[in-house]
Amino acid sequence: MMPKKKIRSYLINLAAAAFVFIVVYLALQLGWINSYYRSILILICINSIMTISLNLATGLLGELCLGHAGFMAVGAYTTALISLNSGLPTYVGLTLGILAGAVTAGIAAVLVGIPALRLRGDYLAIITLAFGQIITILIRSLGFTGGALGLNGIPLTTDFPLTYWMLIVTMYIVYALIRSRQGRAILAIREDDIAAEASGINVTRYKMLAFVISAMLAGVAGALYAHYQGVLTPEKFDYNYSIDFMVMVVFGGMGSITGSILAAIVLTILPQLLYGFSDYRMLLYSILLIALMIFKPSGLLGQKELSQRVFQRLGRQLLGKKPQTVPVEADIPTTVVDEDTYLTEQGSGDSGVGGSSTRGQENLPVSGTPIAEAEGKHQERLGLDTQGDEPLTRKHKGRR
Amino acid sequence: MHLLEVNEMSIQFGGLKAVDDITFAVDKGEILGLIGPNGAGKTTIFNLLTSVYTPTSGDILLNGKSIVGNSTWQTVDSGLARTFQNIRLFKNLSALDNVRIGFHGLEHYSLASTLLRLPSYWRDEKDLTRKALAILDIFGLKSIAGVQAQNLPYGQQRKLEICRALASDPQLLLLDEPAAGMNPTETQELMSMIRFVKDHFKLAIILIEHDMSLVMNICERLIVLDYGRIIARGLPDEIKQNQAVITAYLGNPLEEDA
Repeated sequence: MMPKKKIRSYLINLAAAAFVFIVVYLALQLGWINSYYRSILILICINSIMTISLNLATGLLGELCLGHAGFMAVGAYTTALISLNSGLPTYVGLTLGILAGAVTAGIAAVLVGIPALRLRGDYLAIITLAFGQIITILIRSLGFTGGALGLNGIPLTTDFPLTYWMLIVTMYIVYALIRSRQGRAILAIREDDIAAEASGINVTRYKMLAFVISAMLAGVAGALYAHYQGVLTPEKFDYNYSIDFMVMVVFGGMGSITGSILAAIVLTILPQLLYGFSDYRMLLYSILLIALMIFKPSGLLGQKELSQRVFQRLGRQLLGKKPQTVPVEADIPTTVVDEDTYLTEQGSGDSGVGGSSTRGQENLPVSGTPIAEAEGKHQERLGLDTQGDEPLTRKHKGRR
Repeated sequence: MHLLEVNEMSIQFGGLKAVDDITFAVDKGEILGLIGPNGAGKTTIFNLLTSVYTPTSGDILLNGKSIVGNSTWQTVDSGLARTFQNIRLFKNLSALDNVRIGFHGLEHYSLASTLLRLPSYWRDEKDLTRKALAILDIFGLKSIAGVQAQNLPYGQQRKLEICRALASDPQLLLLDEPAAGMNPTETQELMSMIRFVKDHFKLAIILIEHDMSLVMNICERLIVLDYGRIIARGLPDEIKQNQAVITAYLGNPLEEDA
């Protein structure tokens, strides 16, 4: 059964999500946030879903996907057509539309993936690039999609609560997936596909799994977008739009879910803020990206996550309590002790929702626990030397 | 019936016969050494056994069933595991996760169980983590279970790779130069560890190694390869005296005199 600690951790995350929701929702209801910012909020949620979805394919599976807006378009048009033509009550049509959008985008991903994912190398990048182009051309030339004129009059049923909770569901799905046997298989493929196959992983199958889930989430984002914008034109989903999401993924950190959300927030708001300087807008945008790549090439959060543990440590730090972990960390060459000490988690091993660390029966610290911390405590209890019997090579930062 | 039977296996890359008409068998609980000069085809044999390459001719039987034409992951599922000559760990993942990935074929909870966090997920994950820690413990790596693989010292990375291979519960383990880059003390330690692992997990092991002291000490039988062919086979002591082997390693003294 589900360990008690996990239940608590899940509840805390849920409570945090609900808290943010209630605050923003009240602000909207009381009119503290005007309708302009309301639409930006919704756009942030949609972009976050897209970025997380692309991050699953790119940051976690390690396949470059350059046509993600294509999957979004498939989802958006499917939903719009259902809403416009089915005659179902608005919200039934919307629910059905979102599901149908996810399914059609998933089917598109299977078709793209079958030839591309059997091969090693960057074939997926090329095929998805072509897919993105083909989809816009198809939409333009088919009759029922409204052609170049696009679709008009889609009911504006996307509101903040809907997009927000879809974003939370997206986060949960990706986290839950990554911390499981399927997720570990996906990460293993990113790390080394030959070794993954030699560990008994059916590489093609898990590549397909991650890619299809990623496309389905993009389809959901597309469905929300269609009902947010009310108008769909094929030009919207061109190559540049795909690249926008790729930029968000890289900006936030490949493989970091919370990083994706941060990036989506920053890179959705920034163009709006710079709206007044239309001449210099792209210039400033580019300078920001170049600066980030120079000073933090792995993106805002790298592969790390903002999780409960990070906030706990931050809280301890702010309250002036000395974290018990530091002296031990200094002795063990973990990933810790760098400029991000307080943002640091174990790679993709640990993150916000849930936490996979199933504890061994001996109550040993495992998976993603910054082992230094937990192991240190454990060994102090036993009165052992933290170094074990073999000398560990130490990494001296700043000295070469 | 032998655990592994290789019958007249050959593979040709263009005009080059990298492995030429090789026949051998391995039984349960045996350590077979595969030695030979560089480029003799040792690693190619490993790649053939693990279905990375498909032999041009010949057959490979594991427990009496042919594994020719399988995918690598199917071969691993049917009881064969390997390590790599150049370490191939999942570098950004923790040592524990590396081993848990090795268990992949043995845990079967479904995607629905993953996404809905059903009881089978928690049960299997707990069980699996316990088993993974137990394997790490055997190799003295339990204390670094949470450390990223890339931050481990070289010797521990080698051991971790063996741990990962053992996690798939193999009947036959292929070790490709496990002692490469280790100092004599580490090699000694590794040797006793290989023996222990063989008995504890009831394995057969095929070992490629250049460290002759290790090979002669630990292997019950040896096969010597040169240019893709078997030039000698037998007990370590016989191999030491074998003229063909000495020629392959050191060259022919008469030729050089001439």
